[in-house]
Amino acid sequence: MYCVTLAVQSIQPGLLANLVKTLTLSTPNPHRLPSKVAREDEHLLVAAAKSGDITAFEELVNRYERKIFRLTMNITRNREDAEDAMQDAFMKAYSHLDKFHEDSRFYTWLVRIAANEALMRLRKRRPNQVSLDEPIEGEDDFIPQQIQDWGPSPEQRYAQTEMRDILRAVIEELSPDFRVVFVLRDVEGLSTGETAEAVGISEAAVKSRLLRARLKLRQKLDRHLRQDGKH
Amino acid sequence: MNCNGVIRHVSSYIDGELEATVVEEIELHMRQCRDCTILVQQTRLTVHLYYDSDLVDFPADVQARLHKTLRKKIREERK
Repeated sequence: MYCVTLAVQSIQPGLLANLVKTLTLSTPNPHRLPSKVAREDEHLLVAAAKSGDITAFEELVNRYERKIFRLTMNITRNREDAEDAMQDAFMKAYSHLDKFHEDSRFYTWLVRIAANEALMRLRKRRPNQVSLDEPIEGEDDFIPQQIQDWGPSPEQRYAQTEMRDILRAVIEELSPDFRVVFVLRDVEGLSTGETAEAVGISEAAVKSRLLRARLKLRQKLDRHLRQDGKH
Repeated sequence: MNCNGVIRHVSSYIDGELEATVVEEIELHMRQCRDCTILVQQTRLTVHLYYDSDLVDFPADVQARLHKTLRKKIREERK
């Protein structure tokens, strides 16, 4: 029976602090990891903000501004667009707070608004690079030619800043179609349905793009993390 | 299940979205295929490395402009 254990150590403060420490190949872990931004008092702040408490809204902004900027930057890859998208997202959230019915978390609602703002700007800049539900590439493109072990804990071989640079460089190589879905689903932790709604594509298309994005990223990371890549 | 089948299902497999029978087929194949075992392991690690990762700096000037813009907007809306 296979039971490969990966020791996952902290790459940078907070990045992997909440990650499961061991992963077993024989037992898939279907549970999304708890988000660090999930706070029990979020609904109290939202209720206060809805009743006109500006301080409560400001607390929500302070809590999520860094993550929303990360999201808009990850989607647009353009600082000016990312900043505009973030500002408009918070302003729309404030203006439409009364329309938020709390059937989802405020953060998820905010992410959907910000993703829409970022996608609008991305499509404006690259009208031919962000498609809707069209198939993108054949599966054959993703069949690995040569599989090499990354070693028992590849992340330990790199300094935190070095690993951060690798992850950033690799995700930037993804085409916008793949990157948007991967960022929403795997970086921000949205569900497949929420990602589909935010991007305006079907859930089947989200799953298909997510598969390809993950395989592409694995392939690109392989260049850096394979055991013979760094000693 | 062959290697292509594992590749097609790897994403749903690590998310725990597959039927038990498909999971069994994948795991049976992995017991005989080192490459697929590594592929699944590396794909899973890739997802974990990126989850909630802080790869983007949040510059102080961007934050200051956001706060200024929001304060202005809130003042306007409350008039």
